[in-house]
Amino acid sequence: MDMDDALQTFFVESRELLESMEQCLLKIEQTPDDVELINAIFRTAHTIKGSAGLFGLDDIVSFTHVAESVLDCLRDGEISIDAELIALLLSAGDHIYTLVDHAAVNGGELTEEMSSNGARLNKALSAYLLLSEHGSKAEINGEPSGQKQAQSNALAEHNHPYTTEGGGAVETDLWHLSLRFGLEVLRNGTDPISFIRYLGTLGSIEHIVTLVDNLPALAEFNAESCYLGFEIGFKSEADKATIEGVFDFVREYSEIRILPPNSKIADYLKLIEALPGEDLKIGEILLSCGTLTERELSQILALQQSDKRLMGELLVDAQMVPQPVIEAALSKQKTNKEAKNSEANLIRVDADKLDDLINLVGELIVAGAGANLLANNTGVTPLIEATATVSMLVEQLRDSALSMRMVQIGGTFNRFQRVVRDVSKTLGKDMELIINGAETELDKTVVEKIGDPLTHLVRNAMDHGIEQADVRLALGKPAKGTLTLNAFHDAGSIVIEVSDDGGGLNKEKILSKAIERGLASEGQNLSDKEIFNLIFEAGFSTAETVSNLSGRGVGMDVVKRNIQALRGSVVIDSIEGQGSKVSIRLPLTLAIIDGFLVGVGDSAYVIPLDMVVECIEMDAWNQDGGVGHYLNLRGEVLPYCRLREHFEVESAATNRENVVVVRFGDAKVGLVVDKLMGEFQTVIKPLGKVFSQMRGVGGFTILGSGEVALILDVPSLIKQVSQHYEHLKSVH
Amino acid sequence: MSAPVVVTPTSANVSVKQSTAIAKMNQIGLGQQQYLTFVLGGETYAMGILSIKEIIEYGQLTDVPRMPDFIRGVINLRGAVVPVIDMGARFGKQVTQITRRTCIVIVEVSMSGGHGNEDEDQNDDKHVVGVMVDAVNEVLEIPSMDIEPAPQFGAKIRADFIEGMGKIDGKFVIILNIQQVLSVDEMATLAAVAVDEVIAA
Repeated sequence: MDMDDALQTFFVESRELLESMEQCLLKIEQTPDDVELINAIFRTAHTIKGSAGLFGLDDIVSFTHVAESVLDCLRDGEISIDAELIALLLSAGDHIYTLVDHAAVNGGELTEEMSSNGARLNKALSAYLLLSEHGSKAEINGEPSGQKQAQSNALAEHNHPYTTEGGGAVETDLWHLSLRFGLEVLRNGTDPISFIRYLGTLGSIEHIVTLVDNLPALAEFNAESCYLGFEIGFKSEADKATIEGVFDFVREYSEIRILPPNSKIADYLKLIEALPGEDLKIGEILLSCGTLTERELSQILALQQSDKRLMGELLVDAQMVPQPVIEAALSKQKTNKEAKNSEANLIRVDADKLDDLINLVGELIVAGAGANLLANNTGVTPLIEATATVSMLVEQLRDSALSMRMVQIGGTFNRFQRVVRDVSKTLGKDMELIINGAETELDKTVVEKIGDPLTHLVRNAMDHGIEQADVRLALGKPAKGTLTLNAFHDAGSIVIEVSDDGGGLNKEKILSKAIERGLASEGQNLSDKEIFNLIFEAGFSTAETVSNLSGRGVGMDVVKRNIQALRGSVVIDSIEGQGSKVSIRLPLTLAIIDGFLVGVGDSAYVIPLDMVVECIEMDAWNQDGGVGHYLNLRGEVLPYCRLREHFEVESAATNRENVVVVRFGDAKVGLVVDKLMGEFQTVIKPLGKVFSQMRGVGGFTILGSGEVALILDVPSLIKQVSQHYEHLKSVH
Repeated sequence: MSAPVVVTPTSANVSVKQSTAIAKMNQIGLGQQQYLTFVLGGETYAMGILSIKEIIEYGQLTDVPRMPDFIRGVINLRGAVVPVIDMGARFGKQVTQITRRTCIVIVEVSMSGGHGNEDEDQNDDKHVVGVMVDAVNEVLEIPSMDIEPAPQFGAKIRADFIEGMGKIDGKFVIILNIQQVLSVDEMATLAAVAVDEVIAA
């Protein structure tokens, strides 16, 4: 097993687990009595601790352990959940996240800040443990732990009968652990040594005997099977549940027996009986472990012979652990299984592999289009039909391949619950976040890259947008500010809106600031929209004070740049006193689109089909009546642009031109082309370094004939056309 | 419209990693022995074969608007879109005329350094570029003792494009520093300038 790979998986999984833990904690704020949520939170902490232990990441283990203990008390109802504890657990989660990140990056010593932060949280968490009535006895690594002391008590009670039946207690104060790892242990990705190493963090291993009896002859030996067993004498202050917890991951397929210190001789007898192998031999091993003295062993053996009835009962009984522990184990197994079931529906795939697949599908589409073309040329009907079927299947294949990359935006949106919660605490404003359209899907790459800009926008809205409660009340608004995140599909793009019901943007303030910064000049006649969009310029901030959240004026231009890098656009709309709304428009996917093929001269261009509104013949209008380049589209003014002129195509003009009306956001433009060649599925090939500066073209694609065509970048074309107009206006 | 491969240099079999390593050695003038000679505007030039991936017949070139003269367009190379450079125009001479013998040499170039492309988050720094030449001749072995350093001046092309002067049959042939000639950074900058000029006009 490649430990490095496994470690990477651990980091990825831990981060996911911590995120889900955060979600649960936020949810529990609303429904404090939800036992399932508490269980879920406990499980995540437990899993992280367990896996971290496997990799020997002691910092994570020791910190998570305390958090887990608190959660355990919570689960047992020893302490109750309140806002303070949630806040504490949230920051504990953050700390674990930091620790995981730290381990992922270099894994060296913790920074001072980290350890002091950890110690502070540790102290706060321990305070909760002391609150729970049993929680202060057990100490692990000097940290108090509230593991199930109650259950240990039950254990003591349960053992009580044996005191009379089975003679005195053994002298040693060591725990005795009898481990028989199952054959599958290694194959299941666990390593016995890591358990023993982790065990070492709970106390000290005084004696250890490795059992190699099960080792088969070399010919039958399978390097992937685990044949080993261990008998361990273990000195620790931890309680039974904690020690048992160490072996959670292998319990299902291994035999794990744990005897507490000073157990009754009868217990040892039972252990010896239960273990496979020669009784005497096991007895000797126990002896060598220092668990038993010789006298005790002979006592056991004598007891075994003298009381067969007891033996049988013990064997049938097999009550090695007290009832509550068994129940706990069973319920744990059950929940583990449930978790496994839901996981079974997901497969973790390397994103690169998925990209390869999509690339291949892309090639398939191109090749399929080529085959279609040839088939149509032959005029053989069965062949045309066959290729049509293939094309249909390829189309479905494309859709499902692409849908693999599609993720719901809800995950990204939900992250902001925490941001809003934290920021509203810091700012002392009462705010709530409403999420709409969380199920809207978009490409994973886009989702990943939209996180940062969204954070900026949300923070801005909270810091500058929403007013303090008293101001709000004075204005007749509800004291609680509302922030809304909304997502929906529109014209082949996804639109993400961040809106607030705060103060809105002050036009005069923006304008005067813009003039001060030299971004606009006095007397310039700007529309509302243009004024609002000024805030996306670099170095612009109207906030009088710079808070640690925002106000430095670096946010908005970064937002705009990031969004443009995704071929998207951003506009802001605001009504003073009522709030503002930022709309981000992004393409759905970055890889394959439905295109509309047009011809200009000898070259072919592809217009993304989602943006095409309609096609009309140019003759329907009087061309170029005057100075303006616009058409009358059923009473609407439609500016247009001749692609032939725009791209300087050198070939004779045709007399039957067509206009393709395209739309992006609110803007509509007519593109004048020579030929309309119909719909076409295209794979976007990136422009590459050489053409990276090109404007008006978004990428290349390969036609069925094998020819390369250019994909028009409609937004930038529209921008160029409108700039061209401005230019013309200023000339005339 | 099959893709006839005129010459398949052995480099095609060299693994990519190896070829990069060799290409690097090549940059500092070591280890390279074999050169492809080709004709451009009536003159013979040579370039090291290690960066050459294949040579294809000229055909089906798509024009890219608003690009400088030396970027002739793009071709479809088995599903990949590859820019085609007019070597003649790149040297500041005439635009290459298409003839029956015109070929496109597919070359792999690595990006020079990492400057100025911070916002470009691509970590592979290799680019495939096609070079239009009038005709390809042959693959020759030129021992390093027969290669003279580039003259300070007097050559008809930019000095930094020349790696050395190879002696073939008693005549000097310019061995091109193909990484420099096809510097993607430089070409992108020139392309950007061309775009801006059009916009400004």
